[in-house]
Amino acid sequence: MDAMAQTEKSPETAAETPPSILSVNNIEVIYDHVILVLKGVSLEVAQGGIVALLGANGAGKSTTLKAISNLLYAERGEVTKGSIVFKGDRVDARSTNDLVKRGCIQVMEGRHCFEHLTVEENLLTGAYTRGNARKEIRDDLELVYTYFPRLKERRSSLAGYISGGEQQMTAIGRALMSRPTMMLLDEPSMGLAPQLVEEIFEIVKLLNREQGVSVLLAEQNTNMALKYAQYGYILENGRIVMDGPAKELRENPDVKEFYLGISEEGRRSFRNVRSYRRRKRWLS
Amino acid sequence: MLFFIETVISGLLAGVMYSLVALGFVLIFKASGVFNFAQGVLALFAALTLVGFLNGTTPFTHIDNPAFAMPAWMAIPLTILVMVLIAILVEKFILRHLVNQEQIILFMSMVGLAYVLEGAGDIIWGSDVKVIDLGLPQGAWDWLLDTHGIYVEKIEMVAAGVAGALVVVLAIFFQKTRIGRALRAVADDHQAALSVGISLRTIWIIVWSVAGVVALVTGVMWGAKSGIQFSLSLIALKALPVLILGGFESIPGAIVGGLIIGVGEKLAEVYGGEVIVAMFGRWFEIDPGIFTATENWFAYVLALVFLLFRPQGLFGEKIIERV
Repeated sequence: MDAMAQTEKSPETAAETPPSILSVNNIEVIYDHVILVLKGVSLEVAQGGIVALLGANGAGKSTTLKAISNLLYAERGEVTKGSIVFKGDRVDARSTNDLVKRGCIQVMEGRHCFEHLTVEENLLTGAYTRGNARKEIRDDLELVYTYFPRLKERRSSLAGYISGGEQQMTAIGRALMSRPTMMLLDEPSMGLAPQLVEEIFEIVKLLNREQGVSVLLAEQNTNMALKYAQYGYILENGRIVMDGPAKELRENPDVKEFYLGISEEGRRSFRNVRSYRRRKRWLS
Repeated sequence: MLFFIETVISGLLAGVMYSLVALGFVLIFKASGVFNFAQGVLALFAALTLVGFLNGTTPFTHIDNPAFAMPAWMAIPLTILVMVLIAILVEKFILRHLVNQEQIILFMSMVGLAYVLEGAGDIIWGSDVKVIDLGLPQGAWDWLLDTHGIYVEKIEMVAAGVAGALVVVLAIFFQKTRIGRALRAVADDHQAALSVGISLRTIWIIVWSVAGVVALVTGVMWGAKSGIQFSLSLIALKALPVLILGGFESIPGAIVGGLIIGVGEKLAEVYGGEVIVAMFGRWFEIDPGIFTATENWFAYVLALVFLLFRPQGLFGEKIIERV
């Protein structure tokens, strides 16, 4: 009976809000048992959406993504409170390996290619969790090459010797090889020329639309991120201080001032800055 | 001339043995960044276990019971199984808990592991010198002796053949298979490997198992030459200069380094005295026999020279840096 009731109910709720593929509920992360980095972060990523996670250096963006992928234990960090739900299952105690198998993969900050492996070998490591399905993996390799034609040209070069943009493409392509439904992108714009950043964001958008990959994007490049995302969260000192549809965030005067560097009233005094920070922190 | 060739060949064959030990180090160092100080003891333990199975020794009592003696085809896989078990235990009780710790802490844990394994070998299989009999051929290789007058021990040829085969198999495994690729990925950047879903724990177990098999081969080959006894574990020290020569991260380096040291030792032993006398004999009175027991020191001197001029070794991993 209960199951019946639920199936009847679910289409209605789905109509109200799109079902979320990933939801992070009030998580707290502590490094080395003493350093409190995230102080209760909650966020939702809608199925098929692109969500931006914005904030300055050290705000906790990377930590949030690592907490989701469960990459923290290798850095002696742990999630001490809260829960993470991916596709309806709690995943906070699952290994990264398991998450990748379920379709949630992270592209780490700073690209992290395997430098002594060729570009193609790099891509193939992305298919590690899929076992030995050779034919399908070959097909997917071709698919990655259609999105990143440049990588095909450089397929046999060592990844350590290709350009930064190509490395970022390799990293994204490698993640794509695991056939993800959710990609966590950590600062794909880092250290890249503006034109290249745009190229990479365009490809991410294309992947989102054509391959149905939901994206959670941690970025410092607020302007670019809000252009491509539908929804955004702003993280400060380990807390979410503001969130909303990307369009609203773009127009919000505080965001404009502090993250986009556009001010309407000229310079503000430092006191106002401080009051803003206080207000935002406690209101959220 | 014939004598020279004979010296070089025997040097090369001794070098193969050094390469084998170094190989175990390189494998583990590449995949887990751990300097595996226990590789020598691992070789001793593997050889002891194999002999124990072959003789049907009852563990802990050290009494041979011929009724339980196993044929080689059964004892060898069983020993490999034991090595895999050790790999699993090492991962479970050591590596897992020391993720992202300082090098020196990992190194100390390996020193500890070496002592634990050594003690375990003693307790389980006894500490007397054992003879291993796998039916490997003994004596000189008659054909070479008859046709060219060169004396080479058969067992050394077998050891070289086995080592060569092992290296080829490992190379194929590393370059061509999915797991091999994952191993190299972990060696390059373990965080990135983790992020694409490669399980470090699985990889560590695999690497330690492979190192265990290499240790078994090493132990058997050295053991066949000089009996299986405690001193076998000291060959680990011999791997150090080999690694400094070849580079800590390079499998070809381990092999070439071993060969260079093997040949160098033998040549120094045979000709070193003469050379020194020829060079300095005019001014000093030198005993031409000063180069004796080269296996005790020559390798280390060579390693020192390398540390001065090429610290990354002959094949040390090129540090890729993009500008």
